[in-house]
Amino acid sequence: MDLNTVTEVISPAEPGQWRPGDAWLGGGTVLFAEPRPHLSRLLDLTGAGWPALTLRDDVLEIAATCTIAELAGSGYEIARQCCQAFLASFKIWNVATVGGNLCAALPAGPMISLGAALDGICLVLGPDGAREVPVAEFVTGDGVTVLSEGELLRSIRVSEETLSQPFAIRQGSLHTHGRSGVLLIGRRAGNGFVLTVTAATKRPYVLRFPHMPSAEVIQIALTERIPIDAYMSDIHGLPAWRRHLTRLYAEEIRQELAA
Amino acid sequence: MKINGTEHEQTPRPGQCLRTYLREQGCFGVKKGCDTGDCGACTVHVDGKPVHSCVYPAFRAADKTITTVEGLAGEDGLHPVQQAFLDAQGFQCGFCTAGLIMTTAALSDDQRADLPRAFKGNLCRCTGYRAIADAVAGVVNAAEPAPGTAVGANLGAPAGPQVVTGTARYTFDLDVPGVLHLKVVRSTVAHARIAAIATEAALSVPGVVAVFTHADDPGKLFSTAQHENVGEDPADSRVLDEVVRFAGQRVAAVVATSEAAAEAGCRAINVEYDLLPPVFTPAAAMAPGAPQLHAAERNVIGELHAEMGDVTAGFAEADAVYEQTFTTARVQHASLETHGAVGWLDDDGRLVIRSSTQTPFLTRREVASLFDLPLDRVRVIAGRVGGGFGGKQEMLVEDLVALAVLRLGRPVKWEYTRAEQFTGATTRHPFEVTLKAGAKADGTLTALQLAVVVNTGAYGNHGPSVMFHGCHESLAVYRCDNKKTDAVCAYTNTVPAGAFRGYGLGQVSFAVESVLDELARMLGLDPITVRERNIVRAGEALLAPGDHVEDLSIASYGLDQCLDHIRAAAGAPVPPVPDGWLVGDGMAMAMIAAGPPGGHYADATATLLPDGRFEIAVGTAEFGNGSTTVHAQIAADMLRTTPDRISVRQSDTDVVRHDTGAFASTGVVVAGKAVLRAATRLWETLVQAAGGRDLDEATLKEIAAKAGRPLTAEGHFDGTPRSVAFNAQWFRIAVDPDTGDLRILGSVHSADAGTVMNPLQCRGQIEGGVAQALGSTLAEHVDIDADGRVTTTGFRQYHLPTFADTPRTEVLFAATGDAIGPLGAKSMSESPFNPVAPAMANALRDATGVRLTDLPFTRDRIWAALERAART
Repeated sequence: MDLNTVTEVISPAEPGQWRPGDAWLGGGTVLFAEPRPHLSRLLDLTGAGWPALTLRDDVLEIAATCTIAELAGSGYEIARQCCQAFLASFKIWNVATVGGNLCAALPAGPMISLGAALDGICLVLGPDGAREVPVAEFVTGDGVTVLSEGELLRSIRVSEETLSQPFAIRQGSLHTHGRSGVLLIGRRAGNGFVLTVTAATKRPYVLRFPHMPSAEVIQIALTERIPIDAYMSDIHGLPAWRRHLTRLYAEEIRQELAA
Repeated sequence: MKINGTEHEQTPRPGQCLRTYLREQGCFGVKKGCDTGDCGACTVHVDGKPVHSCVYPAFRAADKTITTVEGLAGEDGLHPVQQAFLDAQGFQCGFCTAGLIMTTAALSDDQRADLPRAFKGNLCRCTGYRAIADAVAGVVNAAEPAPGTAVGANLGAPAGPQVVTGTARYTFDLDVPGVLHLKVVRSTVAHARIAAIATEAALSVPGVVAVFTHADDPGKLFSTAQHENVGEDPADSRVLDEVVRFAGQRVAAVVATSEAAAEAGCRAINVEYDLLPPVFTPAAAMAPGAPQLHAAERNVIGELHAEMGDVTAGFAEADAVYEQTFTTARVQHASLETHGAVGWLDDDGRLVIRSSTQTPFLTRREVASLFDLPLDRVRVIAGRVGGGFGGKQEMLVEDLVALAVLRLGRPVKWEYTRAEQFTGATTRHPFEVTLKAGAKADGTLTALQLAVVVNTGAYGNHGPSVMFHGCHESLAVYRCDNKKTDAVCAYTNTVPAGAFRGYGLGQVSFAVESVLDELARMLGLDPITVRERNIVRAGEALLAPGDHVEDLSIASYGLDQCLDHIRAAAGAPVPPVPDGWLVGDGMAMAMIAAGPPGGHYADATATLLPDGRFEIAVGTAEFGNGSTTVHAQIAADMLRTTPDRISVRQSDTDVVRHDTGAFASTGVVVAGKAVLRAATRLWETLVQAAGGRDLDEATLKEIAAKAGRPLTAEGHFDGTPRSVAFNAQWFRIAVDPDTGDLRILGSVHSADAGTVMNPLQCRGQIEGGVAQALGSTLAEHVDIDADGRVTTTGFRQYHLPTFADTPRTEVLFAATGDAIGPLGAKSMSESPFNPVAPAMANALRDATGVRLTDLPFTRDRIWAALERAART
């Protein structure tokens, strides 16, 4: 929709340019999808020409401005499957960015799930320099991130090693191909096992196990490590249902990856 | 920016989305549907890639090449996808079609093989998607009939070529020079008296031309609901009221030279409220001491208390009695074109309003009455309307646009946002229905006792009529000596409910058909057998408690055939399902009057044109209902020609004397009958003028030339007497009790539509009705928070059925011919909706053993219901 209060676009924009009333602009599919009467300027990041995907020293750097379509076509199966978890159409994929999905910080954001599940690291740029934040800690609540005023997300780095480890995904939604109410990703990390719970909860929960847990242990871990009030309660699913599916899918994933 | 091969120099505004820019450049085929990237109606190609232009920053396209639907066709004619949508008739209202065509044109072979995924970002509210799947698959559905055989043929919609090229003109698809933009400030509280409205700051915003508040109200009470009989709907609304009765009610209107300025003006307005206590449920509203919203005691605006026979005696002789309470949710029509109108004064100073309406003539009458204008000083026009479903049998915008135009003497436009559709339009009425039913061991009903509470929201509009209608055909379809109804319709401080496809019947049928299913189970009988033992039969009276207009009869009867179709469907083998999934079947049926009680009028004219072709003029609007196609078919047959020689002028108060409107499923049975009469009379005139010669093209031209004036004949129908139509729905489903996931394995719908005038179109109406009903059965609910505010304000919160959600429904027709309807036809647009929810509830009961009573049945709720049942 038209953002009628916006009177200026800075493109390309740089860290340090932000002032109150500004918004960093990625693809625009999030920003332009809601009225934002507090905005007066857009700071366009896509004009900066950051390479979408850079593989260096066994680390994949995904620019915040990498489109979902670019990531889906990157050849990494786990990335492709996370892209499929988008409610959004492939037409949105042509425009929406990985960074935009992280910064929107919706529980159902599948790029958050991907980054958290792969132990991704966010590179955050601010007026006073750069800092690194694990993806799993980047989102702190429904629509809330650690970004402070003027900070922007530059990229996410994931290691080739985690990208190539065995994984399993389960998505629960109220509708076929619908918005995720539950999105779980399990990953075998050597002898260990990492279970990432997203969409069901207000922020990502990454459960690490030194060995493949038993059915009982994984259920106890879910109960003990994810408080009941961490589960989302909104139009996309009752919290009890989300909690139940989390438990159900965790066991399905455990069995799949234990096999 | 290069658009469809032409360079456009104008610089986009900084915050402008590409959709608005393209429309400003004249590409009206690019539609504003959701405005949030969810519906796909605005799909265009940017450098060859499909995008949703409503969430694409326009500035970014400045150096890019854009293709819209208008630029898709090549020099040698339509693009193959456009031709495919035309051949398959892959549209109804057509508002989503440009987006679907642009999306389809960009699909890879892999994507074409997985349409449920490929069409994630395309919503169609009309078709139920089968017709769209046909278009992608290259199925040719439309046929060109030979002279005299148009009725009964699969004629394509006359507007099809415009729809697929993006040249069909909807409400806002025109450039009105100097138009001003109107936006409203809506109440943030559910119930209050306005203490003060500070407008100075708004008037100081550059571009703001005027601000209107309750001080500008013309001082008359009216109803936004539109019926032929004005007295049918409570007059309780004002253009701008000093009391707000729901969060979302208009408080002030700002008119400005741009939307941006109008929005800025709205933000600058400060409203002080003296809060009044709100009531959000009918129970609270009817409780002693509750605040009174209007001049209606206990906030009851309609009630029906009546009994036929003696239900107490009836229950005493029953072998089985079942009683249960059911609720239905608030549901939004979600037509892809929002409400809105643009008005101006013509050269003669006459007020002209172009509106997205189902009732141009009634709206003209209401506007004229509000502003003390003679009828001939107001003209109301509807362009092609982007979906209605009852939501546009309502005057929600025209009054305020008229006020602004009359006060300012300048053109004014007001287009609802998608969010306003949820907060400031109307919904389906939420019902609470308790039904107690008794039957003998053989299934014969002994008593039906109905208790209904209708929540009409803050204004009465259609409330009482919906309540009466809901309690009529739902009971009258069953023979039972003892029936009792207690129904009330109450005001609450919530977004008003209005007319919605089915008009109350679906809500009550949900209870009736669910309870009959339970009775059948208690008695160990097949549910179809129980229906057959109790349904009314041809020649019998239609009886329900209360006074009802007596012009309703069974002028054709196909309900028995519908039930036979359903029985046959249930014989299909069960496909394999995953381990642990539960399979069940369910059916339900419904009856509906073919037209509303108390009069529904249509005038039509048929004219011989100088070139030997014909023109039909009708009042009814076209919003995907397809009545225009049928009117052309009827006229073609009556005039012994082909439909391509008939043009239809419509939905303009200047073209005929009167038309009540395109609602209550009357497009074919009322307006169609007027067309039939007009065309028949014209033919008689022409035969006489021909003096025994064949009426070939040359003769027709000669007659036209000789007459010296247009040869015209008129037809009229007053909508009475009325017949009834029947529908039955069957589902076979599989449910995963561990997740609540529900898959529809089979969907069969049988309809008794009398003579089927256009099988392709009628099938489309049924498929669309089933799909829309599946939305309200499995997904849709408008939610209201503790302060009465609507929280579901877009398509991400309010889930419409997608391609992936919608099963293919097999549609079967009963072979009947009606004694009243034109050429034997009956209504078939609202009624397919009505049996869907109970059929699904009955299938769920069959599969899981659990009776679900509260709509909708989302997966989480199904799972929770099974969990609860397992624990008890």
